[in-house]
Amino acid sequence: MSRKILEVNSLTKIHGTGCPLCLASTGPEADTNICPYCGSVVAAHGVSFDLYQGEILGIIGESGSGKSTVVKTLYFDDAPSAGEAVFFDEDAQYDLYSLNAAQQRSLRNKRFGMVYQNPHLGLNFNVSAGGNIAERLLMSDVANYGAIRERARNLLVRTEVLENRMDENPKKFSGGMQQRVQIAKALATRPPLLYLDEVTTGLDLSVQAAILDLILEIQHELGTAMIVVTHDLGVVRLLAGRTLVMKYGRVIETGLTDQILEDPQHAYTQRLVASAL
Amino acid sequence: MNTTYELPLDEAGYAFGFMDEYAKKEVRRTILKAICIPGYQTPYASREMPMGRGFGTGGLQLTLSLIGSDDTLKVIDQGADDSVNAVNLRQFVQMTCPGVDVTEKTEEATLIQSRHRIPEKPLTEAQILVLQVPYPDALVVVEASEARRKTMHGEADYSRLLVKLYEDLVKFDEITISHRYPTRVHGHYIIDPSPIPRWDVPKLHQSKALILLGAGREKKIYAVPPYTIAEPLAFEDVVFRVEDFRDASGNRRTCSRCGASNSFLDEFSDEADGEADGKIYQCSDSAYCDEQLARQASAYQKPKTEEAA
Ligand SMILES: Nc1ncnc2c1ncn2[C@@H]1O[C@H](COP(=O)(O)OP(=O)(O)OP(=O)(O)O)[C@@H](O)[C@H]1O
Ligand SMILES: [Mg+2]
Ligand SMILES: [Zn+2]
Repeated sequence: MSRKILEVNSLTKIHGTGCPLCLASTGPEADTNICPYCGSVVAAHGVSFDLYQGEILGIIGESGSGKSTVVKTLYFDDAPSAGEAVFFDEDAQYDLYSLNAAQQRSLRNKRFGMVYQNPHLGLNFNVSAGGNIAERLLMSDVANYGAIRERARNLLVRTEVLENRMDENPKKFSGGMQQRVQIAKALATRPPLLYLDEVTTGLDLSVQAAILDLILEIQHELGTAMIVVTHDLGVVRLLAGRTLVMKYGRVIETGLTDQILEDPQHAYTQRLVASAL
Repeated sequence: MNTTYELPLDEAGYAFGFMDEYAKKEVRRTILKAICIPGYQTPYASREMPMGRGFGTGGLQLTLSLIGSDDTLKVIDQGADDSVNAVNLRQFVQMTCPGVDVTEKTEEATLIQSRHRIPEKPLTEAQILVLQVPYPDALVVVEASEARRKTMHGEADYSRLLVKLYEDLVKFDEITISHRYPTRVHGHYIIDPSPIPRWDVPKLHQSKALILLGAGREKKIYAVPPYTIAEPLAFEDVVFRVEDFRDASGNRRTCSRCGASNSFLDEFSDEADGEADGKIYQCSDSAYCDEQLARQASAYQKPKTEEAA
């Protein structure tokens, strides 16, 4: 059994002031994530899971169920309201939410990678494709121009962005190409943990397939652990060994992806699977 | 009608140095803090000065807070002591600081206020250099929000400035920043060293003189204390370079007035009297140029006097 890389315990994120009734009055049974008493949004509550080295974990669920919230809090884009997460690095472990801002930034730059659905969030459109990769390398204290060029070139070649477009602004690239640059950027520091939030949504089917292949190849080559957020069951079927199903901010089902897709226990999952067939 | 400006009677009671003692003390306290945290942009209550902000009011407040009647002041603007701005500032100090001597000679000054240049002649421990700063924050080119810039400075998060250098190298094969070259002080804060040319940036490093930078409009004071490390931002394998002033055939240009080949040169257009391209070059530091000329004149005279003796 491989090494545990991430342990998430009771992660909770509430948007709004919150009140003592928020948690009891939201969730799948209540059929809402908005507290009827104070109007706060319980975007995620009580989310717990473990992730192992080289594993791909899927998170599925309908729009608004809290999938992005989970990866955004883990990547420090957003602070959780409660809960904890422990990252087990090669020679140290970090209690993510008790770190100070500089320590969080350092982990985010060096040990985590994120690929967003919207390339505007992951790429700096004021600089070239290579410059985007350079930025991440520079953040982790690589200070040699030649080495940065070399690494950026290799990453872009690996993610099948044409090498001769390295010095172009990614603004001009196609959607699929922008996702490839985002993936190259996320991989720049060889992070052991990668978050992918709807990375193929909105792309042509053939482009989607090629990018999913790339993600699988990377996982095989580098042994990168990944959390893949999607509402597309085909994506988790292809990528994820295990899957969490979310509804109204809660995890309602969890298990091996094959089992969940073949034999969904929860009525909601059954509907999701049925509608995807 | 009296055409020269005189202090109105009710202003004649102004304290030495125009600013009241309380204001000067606050600036001096800020200076001490700035020295303690090299490169940190220390906020202070910038006062209104009887001239527009953007005309060196930040530098002037530093000068007025530091100057005493036994000081000798030199004021330069882009290297020249006789430009309008330099003359105005110098006259203002003379008018409001009775007893202060002024000079154009770098070595005679105890206090030097400058815009855009650091004198060619090495400064000493006995001197203080005050630089006027229009834009104090080197990060302003990559981050619009001041709150975020503060965090970036606090965490020494300067990767986005380095990305700018990277992009420069990709596009132009060289770093094209000519002025305001981002410079890291004492291993942490990166400063905008004011619009000095690259030529002057190495003079910040291990400077014997205290260097103070004042931005009046932005209400910031920062310092490069004596004997402090100041490193221009660069890559390991692409080193920082100063202007080389080479002509087409690779020769170092010289000052057309004094002949110096080791000074920062200003370029002028001169159709009649210039080089083939109609350009002539002259020392930007007028005091340095004058000194070279004077030295040549005395070297020319010496043999004569020896002959006579
Ligand atoms: N900043 C915010 N303020 C208030 N509510 C928010 C905020 N961000 C997210 N939410 C709400 O939190 C809930 C969970 O959002 P989240 O983005 O995690 O959903 P998701 O599962 O990723 O949905 P999608 O599939 O549409 O991306 C949603 O109801 C959303 O409207
Ligand atoms: Mg989402
Ligand atoms: Zn509530």
